[in-house]
Amino acid sequence: MNKLSLLPLAFFTVLVSFFVYRLVLIERGNMPKDIPSVMISKQAPEFNLPPLLKNKAGFKTADLKGKVTLVSFFASWCVDCLAEHRYLADLSGKGAVLAGIDYKDVSADGQVWLKKNGNPYDVIAIDRDGQTGIDFGVYGVPETYLIDKQGVIRYKQTGPITPDIITEKLLPLIKELNK
Amino acid sequence: MIAELGLFCLILALLVAFVQAVFPLIGAARNDVALMSIAKPASILQFLLVATAFGCLMYCYITSDFSVMNVAENSHTDKPLFYKITGVWGNHEGSMVLWELILTIYAASVALLGGNLPAGLRARALSVQSMVSFGFLLFIIFTSNPFLRLDPAPLNGNGLNPLLQDPGLAFHPPILYLGYVGFSMAFSFAIAALIEGKVDAAFARWVRPWTLAAWCFLTLGITGGSWWAYYTLGWGGWWYWDPTENASFMPWLAGTALLHASAVVEKRDTMKSWTILLAIITFSLSLLGTFLVRSGVLTSVHSFATDPARGVFILALLIVVIGGSLVLFAIRAPSLKSGALFAPVSREGALLFSNIFLSAAAGTVLLGTLYPLFADVLNLGKVSVGPPFFNTTFVPLMVPLCIAMPIGALLAWKRGNLKAALRLLKPAAIAALVAVIIIAVVKTGTTSLIWAAAGFGMAVWILIGMSLGFAEQIHLFKGDLKNSLQRALKLPFSFYGMTIAHTGMAFLIVGIIGSSLWRVEKIQIMHLGETVKVSDYDVTLKDVENGLKGPNYTFSRGTFDITSGGKSVTVMHPEKRLYEMPPQSTTQAAIRTTLMGDLYVVLADTDDKGGYITRIYYDPFVIWIFIGAAFFAGGGMVSLLDRRYRRKA
Repeated sequence: MNKLSLLPLAFFTVLVSFFVYRLVLIERGNMPKDIPSVMISKQAPEFNLPPLLKNKAGFKTADLKGKVTLVSFFASWCVDCLAEHRYLADLSGKGAVLAGIDYKDVSADGQVWLKKNGNPYDVIAIDRDGQTGIDFGVYGVPETYLIDKQGVIRYKQTGPITPDIITEKLLPLIKELNK
Repeated sequence: MIAELGLFCLILALLVAFVQAVFPLIGAARNDVALMSIAKPASILQFLLVATAFGCLMYCYITSDFSVMNVAENSHTDKPLFYKITGVWGNHEGSMVLWELILTIYAASVALLGGNLPAGLRARALSVQSMVSFGFLLFIIFTSNPFLRLDPAPLNGNGLNPLLQDPGLAFHPPILYLGYVGFSMAFSFAIAALIEGKVDAAFARWVRPWTLAAWCFLTLGITGGSWWAYYTLGWGGWWYWDPTENASFMPWLAGTALLHASAVVEKRDTMKSWTILLAIITFSLSLLGTFLVRSGVLTSVHSFATDPARGVFILALLIVVIGGSLVLFAIRAPSLKSGALFAPVSREGALLFSNIFLSAAAGTVLLGTLYPLFADVLNLGKVSVGPPFFNTTFVPLMVPLCIAMPIGALLAWKRGNLKAALRLLKPAAIAALVAVIIIAVVKTGTTSLIWAAAGFGMAVWILIGMSLGFAEQIHLFKGDLKNSLQRALKLPFSFYGMTIAHTGMAFLIVGIIGSSLWRVEKIQIMHLGETVKVSDYDVTLKDVENGLKGPNYTFSRGTFDITSGGKSVTVMHPEKRLYEMPPQSTTQAAIRTTLMGDLYVVLADTDDKGGYITRIYYDPFVIWIFIGAAFFAGGGMVSLLDRRYRRKA
């Protein structure tokens, strides 16, 4: 055995240790596609959106004051939104106002979608042109933001929320923010 | 019942794989013919079992048996039959069964066609192949069982991603897998040779056809995927340097190096340990690609449902297969006696040169692909490595390779005459220079003019240089045409193959330069009757029909009149499709292909005010990319016909 012929093995060993460590990180919930949001700990952007459902109130920045609010961006055209939709009901009455924002959608489509799949939201608005979404830093629905009583964004979930995220992240944080 | 039969076959195949992995190896060590001869029937039996399992899965898809979870998640009754069948490999579990099927196809082919191989080598190679197969069968049965039942069965399935419902993509995975799984055969032979401790010219000759076949399929597979991306994704791009693309491109680069290196082993009986290492690396890169794509350690536009548990299993498999073979390499490689050092100016010198640059290129792509992972793990932040990195590192590595290509082909084995080669290539150099000047003048003021001019010069250099090399081989300039013809007929197929494949490189360069540097893009909102000028074409939106029905989608169809200089050229009909299950929209670009360039029209969303968002591109020479790639694969196939690969031991 000479040193040169050990080189490929040494290289491979280094590579494998990176892979192992990355998988350990995934195991701990740190996914490669999680990108830390620059909006965390910042004041939620200014917005004033019309209601999605007729004869209901719209949704604007001032509504955030004094309440813990969970803002969920969804759309009738989004497949993953349907996947998370059934879990949203688990969050109702747990100390946070559930606000839905129908993102870049046609009102009629959004209304039909809610009628078909149920409406867990306390307040629901439509962001027709996606401007509010852009201000929030949404780059793909579904995205969920947890906002405290002062209107500061405290948590962001990219992609669908799951039962694990609800019990491990959202509910404890809502509880803490309500103190 | 059929699903259970499928699973049963997979389990039986696992048992056969075990037998095939162990006994022929013992037989070869003891020189026991009876034990060695188990390899052949076992390979065939294993293939039949896996093929039956694959057939069972296909049956579940065709009959839309939604009590099988895999079918429920990926199929739908409304899907056309063709896509029900191709849906079998449009998901993780099914594609792993296809992977395994191809692994056994190669083993069975070696068992059936490898009659000219020495018994010991064949037994060992089939045994190693079966070890890999054993690992993958374990993986499928324990983490990716496609036959899991669902109770209660849903009324209908979730459907297949509409982007995958395309004839181009239907055949992309099987061909791609025939390529990079095919490198398993070169790997198995290399390990068998390491165990035997003997690598010689005959060995190189036996292994080469299997490497060539895999390489041809991989070339076709990558090209097919690129072609699919080009015409369905609606952005006119054909290569994105995405991790999944790189996962197939790295084995291709290493495999290309392997083909060149094994030629040296065959002719000069040297560079042995390097060639063995390349065979290991090439297949390792295939395995690595599978790991990267399916474990979720990297983000990619290609979404296989990633699962860390699978990641752990594949990583373990990687450690055993690659780690094990590298340990064996470290122990055995020093004892592989290589021939004497060779002259730098010679055919083998040129092939070594090609190997240095091809491996460096593969290494660059590996670094770029894994860099986001390294950065993430080392807490350097989340980065993505995009085309700029690959273009600035990869392209310069190709330059020396292209320059050397026609020269190397003219050098003789052992001792080449560089002066004579250069003298012969003088016309090619002059023509290349003329091409550079023409481009510099015609395209003056355009961006990246230096690259464009140099690229065209290079293409002309290769094209004329390779032609001159061929003319020299048949003594075309010596006046006697009849003699030349006779010589041409006597040339081995591998020489034709080499010339064809290298010529493909010239076409590829032209296509890449044209489409990446001179492309014209127009994105706008168009109203009916409006005209947009793109390059030399006037594109007029005549009509959009909405609400048309396809088999499992509704679609809008645009009608665009294309004129050039007042004369009507053609009418184009791009479509925008909205699939029902799963609800997703796709665009079907309308493309008018000519050798000079493609006109590419996409109908995207409406602005709800009577306008349509349209994207119109003119991509000069883009078809030459695919022609070039077809020449690569074609050259490989012609080479495969060479008589010397069928010679008896």
